[in-house]
Amino acid sequence: MLMTGPGPMPRGPLVLGIETSCDETGIGIVRGRSRPGERHVLLSNTIASSMDEHARYGGVVPEVAARAHLEALQPAIERAVAEAGVTLAEVDAVAVTSGPGLAGALMVGVGAAKALAVSLDKPLYAVNHLVGHIAADILDADAPPLEYPTVALLVSGGHTSLLLVRDLTSDVELLGETVDDAAGEAFDKVARILGLPYPGGPEIDRAAVDGDPTAIRFPRGLSRASDRAAHRYDFSFSGLKTAVARWIEQREAAGEPVPVADVAASFREAVVDVLVGKALDACAQHGVPRLLLGGGVIANRRLRDVALARAEAAGVTVRIPPLSLCTDNGAMIAALAAELIGEGRAPSTLEFGADSTLPVTQIQVAARDAVAVGTA
Amino acid sequence: MILAVDTSLGSTVAIVEPDGAVRAVARSENTLGHAEVIGTLLQRALADAGVSPADVTHVAAGMGPGAFTGLRIGIAAARAFALGRGIPVVPVPGHVAAALAHLDAGATAPFAVVTDARRRENAVTVFDGRDANGLPRRVAGPELRANDVDLAADPLLSVAAGPASDGARGGARTAEVVPVTEIPADALGRVAASMLASGWAPTGELAETEPLYLRSPDVTVGHAPKKVRA
Ligand SMILES: [Zn+2]
Repeated sequence: MLMTGPGPMPRGPLVLGIETSCDETGIGIVRGRSRPGERHVLLSNTIASSMDEHARYGGVVPEVAARAHLEALQPAIERAVAEAGVTLAEVDAVAVTSGPGLAGALMVGVGAAKALAVSLDKPLYAVNHLVGHIAADILDADAPPLEYPTVALLVSGGHTSLLLVRDLTSDVELLGETVDDAAGEAFDKVARILGLPYPGGPEIDRAAVDGDPTAIRFPRGLSRASDRAAHRYDFSFSGLKTAVARWIEQREAAGEPVPVADVAASFREAVVDVLVGKALDACAQHGVPRLLLGGGVIANRRLRDVALARAEAAGVTVRIPPLSLCTDNGAMIAALAAELIGEGRAPSTLEFGADSTLPVTQIQVAARDAVAVGTA
Repeated sequence: MILAVDTSLGSTVAIVEPDGAVRAVARSENTLGHAEVIGTLLQRALADAGVSPADVTHVAAGMGPGAFTGLRIGIAAARAFALGRGIPVVPVPGHVAAALAHLDAGATAPFAVVTDARRRENAVTVFDGRDANGLPRRVAGPELRANDVDLAADPLLSVAAGPASDGARGGARTAEVVPVTEIPADALGRVAASMLASGWAPTGELAETEPLYLRSPDVTVGHAPKKVRA
């Protein structure tokens, strides 16, 4: 026990979070707040990625990801506790992603988390991955506390979702999501069409450096006036991918060179335009002057720049957690559980499973009544 | 005290004493839903045996063969439980546990443990008698076989007459086919107990403890990336 001055410092619960919904094995360790108003403290954000193994397939292969999680979990947990300077015996609660995500990948984390909780005889919190992305924001020690309500745009290789967050632990509403490919997937597929390696996001960025984003007007999915009734906040990127492929084919058929930089820049602009446009439309319609960005695709510089510029013009404040917390990670899962514990929520029962399509309204899974969480 | 976990077919957890005495068995025959039941099975086995997690000294993990997804959940759970207590994992091939149960039931002739490997295939391991430690002696497999072929005609099941045979010396015998629908976690724990009693120690080599998937990830490398030149 750390001693300062005359007695032990009050300490919040030590939470270990496990995230295995896609191709990152994330272990996070967070010291939850010890009293209302205090901040949670990030002690470790350890990530083992199987991305390299997926590169030759051009996208995440579920079975490859699941095998990699099984091999990565134990070393990742060991690294995380070492980095946090704690022991597993000190952990007060275990948290795990129950969904949404790849079923086989999620199950590895769920199986491990349950066994770890039983072996440590500590409570288990099963939480929602997407809400976890929002919770990443509360670990940013340099940012003022998250204000509600806020619109959240979560963009990654696995999901593209627009959420209205009235409260992190009790009220998250899905405004819209992709009806086909995730934005990150679209980057991967278009990179492939352009003969660029996986993952596509950084490659498209590199290729787009000297490109003209207005050179080609690629379609903005679900953005027509006729889409507003049913799909105002939904996204579609598969038509865009097809449009890029067709544009290149026509160019080649005509024996003309393909301007890769212009194609990359114009494609990226179409994605960014629709993401930012719909997010700010949601802010306007709901009268919410706050937008939170999350997910791995937020690493895309052009997306951040356009979001910041257009949000400022619209009078909307943008929050972007540190990029290491935007990609999938276990720290955000631990943070969400720490927040639930701080709100006095009971842990989950041991009966839940992996839910690949867990709705965002289900912030915690299999919550049990009574039973309080002890703190160290 | 040994905690044994297997989710290669159904889900089973057992608590076994170092001398092989079985203290508790908890099971779910559902061949799906491994992730749902694993935590409760662990808790129930411990409670039924009247032991606390701190009493567990080793975790025996059923390493397959089995369907990918289910198999992994038990191994992940076994490793995480062991990590939580700072104790070693003893990796045990599931078919060895099934074979031990079969031998204990009185089998004398060579036999083949056959389990469903999904996708119209079975996983097959052939055993003949016991080794010096009393554990089933594996003579062939595990290998995959289509589930609609006659295993009796398969060369894999042809066992040469050896020390364990008393009859057809010099010839070959065909192993009896023993279909198994659940790896008994109690037998898994007893295999581990026997391994430990005969001096088994963890080497720290992960390769030695890899799951027996028997199949490569079901994926093909897509078309070569289209070449586009500016
Ligand atoms: Zn994510």
